[in-house]
Amino acid sequence: MSLTNTGRRLFLKRVAAGGLLIAIPGAAKEFAAATGKFSSTELRGWIRIGSDGIVTFLSNTSELGQGTGTALAQIIANELDLDWNTVRIEMAPIEARYFNPGWDEYATFGSGGVANQFAPLRKAGAQAREMLVSAAARQWGVSPDECDTKAGVMWHQPSGRSSQYAQLVQLTADQPVPENPRLKPREHWSHIGKSLARLDLPAKVDGGAIYGIDVRVPDMLLATIMQCPQFGGRVRSLDARPALAKPGVLHVMDLGDAVAVVADSFWRARQGLDALQPQWDLSQASTHSTPQYMGMLHEAVRQDGALYVPSSSSSEQVLDAYDKAMRSSVDMLDQDFSVPFLGHATMEPMNATAHVTAHSAELWLPTQSQSATQAAVAKALGMPASAVTVHTTLAGGGFGRREELDFALQAAQISKRCGAAVKLIWSREEDTRHDYYRPAAVVRLRAGVDQHGMPVALRIDSACESLYEYTHLGEFRADAKPVDTSAVGKLPNYYQITAIQMRVTSVDAGVPVGFWRSVASSQNVFAYESLIDMLAHRAGRDPYAYRHALLPVGREQAVLDKVADMAHWQKALPQGHGRGIALCRANGSSIATVVELSVNAEAGVKLHKICTVIDCGVAVNPQNIRAQIEGGVIFALSAAFYGEITIQDGAVLQSNFHDYRLVNLADIPVIEVAIVEGADTPTGVGEEAVGPLAPALTNALFAATGQRITSLPLSRAGFNLLAARTPV
Amino acid sequence: MLISISVNGVSHSADVEPQTPLLWVLRDNLGLTGTKYGCGIGICGACSVQIDGKLQRSCTIAVSEIGDASVATIEGLSAHSRYPLQKAWIAEQVPQCGYCQSGMLMAADALLKQIPSPNDEQIDAAISNLCRCGTYSRIRLAIKRAARVRGERHGATV
Repeated sequence: MSLTNTGRRLFLKRVAAGGLLIAIPGAAKEFAAATGKFSSTELRGWIRIGSDGIVTFLSNTSELGQGTGTALAQIIANELDLDWNTVRIEMAPIEARYFNPGWDEYATFGSGGVANQFAPLRKAGAQAREMLVSAAARQWGVSPDECDTKAGVMWHQPSGRSSQYAQLVQLTADQPVPENPRLKPREHWSHIGKSLARLDLPAKVDGGAIYGIDVRVPDMLLATIMQCPQFGGRVRSLDARPALAKPGVLHVMDLGDAVAVVADSFWRARQGLDALQPQWDLSQASTHSTPQYMGMLHEAVRQDGALYVPSSSSSEQVLDAYDKAMRSSVDMLDQDFSVPFLGHATMEPMNATAHVTAHSAELWLPTQSQSATQAAVAKALGMPASAVTVHTTLAGGGFGRREELDFALQAAQISKRCGAAVKLIWSREEDTRHDYYRPAAVVRLRAGVDQHGMPVALRIDSACESLYEYTHLGEFRADAKPVDTSAVGKLPNYYQITAIQMRVTSVDAGVPVGFWRSVASSQNVFAYESLIDMLAHRAGRDPYAYRHALLPVGREQAVLDKVADMAHWQKALPQGHGRGIALCRANGSSIATVVELSVNAEAGVKLHKICTVIDCGVAVNPQNIRAQIEGGVIFALSAAFYGEITIQDGAVLQSNFHDYRLVNLADIPVIEVAIVEGADTPTGVGEEAVGPLAPALTNALFAATGQRITSLPLSRAGFNLLAARTPV
Repeated sequence: MLISISVNGVSHSADVEPQTPLLWVLRDNLGLTGTKYGCGIGICGACSVQIDGKLQRSCTIAVSEIGDASVATIEGLSAHSRYPLQKAWIAEQVPQCGYCQSGMLMAADALLKQIPSPNDEQIDAAISNLCRCGTYSRIRLAIKRAARVRGERHGATV
């Protein structure tokens, strides 16, 4: 994958290398027409067919580890009949024509890279193919119907003539773009649905892959930063001398809420920073601490928060339906569930490289929000967006953290102040203490149950910080009214529960919060699926059978049945073992998980097997989908067992991997993944496995021990994770 | 202070403070950026290298401690991913974000040099590096695959 640090030089090389960009009106055009943001003449250019035969796919989706670029290239290759060995990926420039049609942004989030772009890319590939066919037919003086394509080659069957795409590309320049190209029927798909090797992996096993932290530009300086440990604090005074006395230190800067040191190497910058003792003005800083804040949340869920009203309904209808359903119930169950703040802990700490001059700025960084970064940097520097160039590097993990703009703005500010190109690298400690955390939350559930033990009414009271208050510097704050849907997440309306009422209260702690892989599913699904489990046991029914009965025939029921089958749910377990099951719907996908574990007398938990089934519609690259599911399960395991960011007097107590622990290789049991294709378009994959893992785990713990976990992480409840392959 | 070290068989010198961690000399002075910074306190293993064949966290070892020892980094495994371990990594499609994988490969390589055909417990004990994307299961498979390939190759030469 040619994602390298020297964007400008690469561009020149690219032009010199020749070839032609096949520009195809994106299928985003329909969307564009609706918003009026694109003119009809604006074209998308997804692929470049070089004179050397190399086909470069211009991806608009950041490579954070999810392999989306490969999947997107597969979709194009499928319709265009490319030779996969000639396909390369490059990041597209930050231009409106490359915006993800799902959200009118150049950004990577919401499991939408493939899901939102499947149809546009198929159409683009098919359009390009038809243009090549027309060009060949014209050149050969034959009917287009007699031309066929295979693996990057155009064939004229009757005469046996053939031509490489590269030789035809020039002839397409004046071709009209076909409006309704014919898409390949599924039985002829050549690349979609194949477990092709990811194009970005070779560079990731030989040290050649360039991440943001590896960027080198000429005459670049290195910077590192210390932000006020208390959120909202400011620099009161700073004596720069101890840092300036250190070798290699060139600049010490007061950035208002942070102190930065610039040197000729990272280590020297770090030594300089460690020598400083900034005095902080805490008059506006957060004073919250976790125990007191969680108390506020438990109190808030006992008040009537803002009522969530689905767009098809009214508040009267929601309340009437709930009251009626509740009146018909014969039993009731109330339970609070609580979860802590969580960090993203990407393996590559936050970083960005910026070169700001009087009239322009150039940035190289691992980001999930290119167009927003460009706009925010331009605004901060008082430049038009067109003066700001953003180059996307590979990212050492994202999980939502790199949707934020803080590190890019800091790098730009530092570069401007020292008049040089600067690479800003946060230490792990800064990364841990200045995240945009998954909000700590309390979810209070109340279920009204009928005479058969099935829930007919469900009330959800949720309290946490508002994501919209903090993400993208509060740009979406207005969307938090009247009810903050960022925290609402998904209602469990895939279950046949007559009426669901949800109320949300935003309780601010001054702690920045943001989007964390799976977002609201990470707390809501834990609460919902724990409650369903409690209801099943209360009704004296098997938790799987109970869920099956509560679901209509459909995708959720199908994945539930399949995962139960995979996990041999009906098979008796040895003493001390337990199985737990949970499911959810997220980003259009349905997913269910079964965890099997055992617990020893010292509360040591050994995981035996985890089975997950996802219905993600069309599975574009099945092996990569399995990788994402395995990854989501493991990501969620770390959170369920260890994940906890604790606030004390407005500052984060944790600082590094010794106190913000992740699971190890030895902890991981066999993970079995199955894919169901229950729809004819792809839906989300990257985030979906996270939600059901924690409740499947705690439901299994209940099955094994009779102890119901309503608060995470498990380490706080005294459980510890044992290596999966050692005897208990 | 000018310090000389041998990395991947090549002698280098760098003008750094003697206490500078090997990691930052590799990255900032020698331009060998395959070795990654993850935690700086020797936990995550993203910075793993081999020093005289022994696995070490390069973020917690001062460059002045290296002396005459030879340092091997990910860039020294092979230029074009032809090393059996790298091939196994591709065959199992191990990396996701890939950031931890240099360290994982150096750890796996050190393990296979010591134990040509490790069992699960030996893999558990040897691989303490952290991966946030959750590639652990595939790392286990890739180590076993590489061991198998090496075993077959050695078998064929007997």
